[in-house]
Order: sequence, then structure tokens, then C-alpha cells
Amino acid sequence: MNLLAEMTAKAQALNIPLSAQIDLTYRCNERCVHCYLDHDDHGEMTTDEIKHLLDEMADAGVFILTLSGGEIFLRKDFFEILEYARRLMFCVKLKTNGILIRERDAQRIKDLHVESIQISIYSHRPEVHDAITLVPGSLKRSIDAIRFLKSQGLKVIIANVLMTQNMADYAGVRALAAELGVDCTLDPTVTPMLDGNRSPLSLGVDVDALRHVFRDGALIGDVDEFCAVPPPAGENDLEATPCSAGHTACYVSPYGEVFPCVAFPFPTGNVRRQRFIDIWRHSDQMNEVRAIRVKDLTTCTACSHVSSCTRCPGLAYLEGNMRGPSTQDCEKSFARTGIPSANMLAKKRAGVNLVQIRALPTFASATA
Amino acid sequence: MSRLYLARNPKVAARSIGGEMMIMSGHDSTLFTLNQTAAILWQSADGSTPLDEIVDRRICAEFDVDRSEALQDAESLARELAGHQILQLSEAPIPQPAGHYAAKPAGPTGGSR
Ligand code: SF4
Ligand code: SF4
Repeated sequence: MNLLAEMTAKAQALNIPLSAQIDLTYRCNERCVHCYLDHDDHGEMTTDEIKHLLDEMADAGVFILTLSGGEIFLRKDFFEILEYARRLMFCVKLKTNGILIRERDAQRIKDLHVESIQISIYSHRPEVHDAITLVPGSLKRSIDAIRFLKSQGLKVIIANVLMTQNMADYAGVRALAAELGVDCTLDPTVTPMLDGNRSPLSLGVDVDALRHVFRDGALIGDVDEFCAVPPPAGENDLEATPCSAGHTACYVSPYGEVFPCVAFPFPTGNVRRQRFIDIWRHSDQMNEVRAIRVKDLTTCTACSHVSSCTRCPGLAYLEGNMRGPSTQDCEKSFARTGIPSANMLAKKRAGVNLVQIRALPTFASATA
Repeated sequence: MSRLYLARNPKVAARSIGGEMMIMSGHDSTLFTLNQTAAILWQSADGSTPLDEIVDRRICAEFDVDRSEALQDAESLARELAGHQILQLSEAPIPQPAGHYAAKPAGPTGGSR
């Protein structure tokens, strides 16, 4: 076990929120076609409210702090908040589209010893990237930002989301990352909007495309291992907690709402009315999430994928049941292994299309 | 004999998790946890208290150790921590920025600060 895993296990045993994400704003200067946010400002936390929250988070034991949005650099007080967070000795990570970052901003970020900056890049081709962000010139500006940050010696990570529009370009983004000397992640999941609206899912790639990606050795490494038939679930798998959400991690929206995770919009309290630590420790909703073990999941416990599935409880919640399966993860498990999930089989028996947006190929042809 | 002053390196990230100090080096993001003596040095590294005073007040007063041995061990540990860019060392006092969190005392529960 590495040290971070050890400290995470310790934090979980002691009920300490080791990491937290704060979205400073939902406003954005891009209009990404797959974005799950409402970009209007409905009353963001003020500078003082955010500083107070940071004090409370430091006292509660938060170590890794991710500042995200919306676009964080749209907040005029961004550097004041960042400076305050670093004075509290958080390990700060930033998520941004980068298009407002100029050389002097990169210098300030460096001076404040930020751990890493994640920048979204959807394609190495401007015509594809800019058609996703809906901002002409945005690819160039994001790449300029990466160069400014890199020239300061900062750690930059390119984050790419796989969609039908950019499916052909993920290798190009990886090559761009290599040329820029930065890491690159690829997320094959498009998330529904925070209000449950599932229309962004129509932009996600289908199972055939996932199958192709999961068999790309350059991306996956050992394909045979990655796509292997899942091992049967052991007792430890069933006693495990589904993920870090609500156990060692949480999320706070620009309006002070606390959720178990940015992808899990189950309201647990609001720091404008309650102390952060009280929400973390005593909210009924947070404790409900915390009490769930894999053995409590409906459908998934009967699924052969349960020990290796990437099931996201937030996506399951957005489908209507935080203890239920997440259809998008069923698709991923199926694309990896060719074995239909318990959820898929149940829906097939019930004669329901698994995917609300798009039908899956029939199991007979997919498993042949 | 010159005296050695210690200050926390402002590049690091740090938090006490259940009484164990967790530090991330600002140099290469390596994670460390501090043993008891290293944690004492970290807590006492205010830029103005010399190492020999820290050893007298926080180590010799609390543990049954030989002073010169304790001082030698503390100095080599402080140099090791400085090598990982966790501490700054100087033969002169090191001015500290106002309001730095690590300068606050531990909370009443000794818990999650
Ligand atoms: S699995 Fe989903 S809810 Fe859990 S941490 Fe990951 S994104 Fe958040
Ligand atoms: S594949 Fe689907 S049903 Fe199976 S464990 Fe994953 S989310 Fe649950």
C-alpha cells in the first residue's frame, strides 16, 4: 500500500474528509456541448464565505483541495482565494479550461505552489475542440496556457472526455500531451446534468467505440488483463465501500451545498447554514451514503462484474437509485469483457431498452 | 558555535491526520509522514527558535535522552527534512509570513489539524 492509500484508509477509519472539491463558480467562458452545469450565477459564495469554509475544511482535516468550476479564473477574487488556501497548507489542485491564463498568471500559480493544473482538451484539431467548447480559438488559448504553466515548471494534466464528436482524436490528444510534456487522462463517461436531465448522454460514445478504446494497448496497457473475465466477488468485495464519496471525499457547490461528490448531487447540507464538520459528521444523508456497502446494492450484488466494475454511485443516483446499477458503467463492463451485466439481463428479461438514449447491440451478436 | 534556525518550507502542503503529520513536498509532490521527532521539529519550526532550544524544551524535557546525542540526531534529521524541502534551515532567524496556518497550535482534540 502506498502512503496516500495508507493515509486514505486512516482518514476513512477516523471519518476525516481527506479531499474536497469546491466549485468556485458555475459561470464559464466556454459552452461545452456536453457540460452538465447551469452557467447562470444563482448567488455564489462571497470571498469571505469561501475563506470561512476553507478554515473549516482545514480544521476538519481536508488535505487535498480541488478548486474547480465553471471557470475558476472568472472569479475576480480567484488569486485571493488561492493564496488563502495555500496559507492553510492545502495541497491545491486546479481544474480550468485555461483560456484566461497568461504568463503572469502562470507565474503567480507557481509562486503559490499549486500541486497540479488540469486543463480540458477535447481534440488536437481546432475545428473539433472549438466545435465542442463553442468558442473559436479556444484550443490555441488552452495550449498557450499549458505552455505558460509548463515553462514555470508546473505539473499540468490534460483531461479529455470521449464523445462521438472527438472519438477519432484521442490518440492525437495524447500525442499533443506528449509534445507538451504533460500527462493526459481520458474519461469515457459523459455525465447527466446536475438536475438529472440526461440529454448530454446522447453525446457519449457507444459500446462498439468503448470496446475499441478498451482494446487500445497504447492507452490501456495490458489489454488481456484489462478485459479479462471478472473474478468472482469475495467477501472483501462485498464488504467494501462503493467509492470515496462521503467516506474521505466531498464536494461543495458555489452556493454552499455539500454533496458526497461532484458527480453525486445528493444534498447533504449547506455551509451557509451549518458548519462544514457538522454536515460531514452528522448529516443523515451523508451518513446514509456512508452506510452503504457493496453487499447492499440492488442488482449489482447478483452481477458477475461486481468485483471489478467502475460503478459510480453518483450516476446510479442520477438514474434514480443510489443503491442501484449505473447503466453507463454496465456499458463499460460489457464493452471490456463482452459479458452482459445483471442490470442488462434484468432489463432484457423485462423487455426494456438498457440505455435510455441509445439501444445496445443485441447480446447474441455482442458476445459471439 | 553557530545556531541553527528552522522554518517550514512554504512550498509544502501539510495536515495532521489523526495525530500523524502528513506532508507533501512542494518540490516533487512526494508524500511523507513525520515520525515523532520530525513532527516536533515541524511544529517548532517557527523561524525564530534555534534548534538547541527546541531540543532542550521539546525533546530533553519530555524524553529521557542524552542532550548532545539528541542535538546531533535532531540536526541530522533537520538536514534530512531540509533535503526533502520540508524545512528551511539557516544560521540566522528566518522571517515568517503572517497568518501561516502551520503556526497555529494543535486543536483541543489533537485531532485533524
Ligand atoms: S465513483 Fe462517482 S460518486 Fe464515487 S468518487 Fe467517483 S465520480 Fe464520485
Ligand atoms: S456492471 Fe452494472 S449491474 Fe454489474 S456491478 Fe456494474 S453497475 Fe452493477
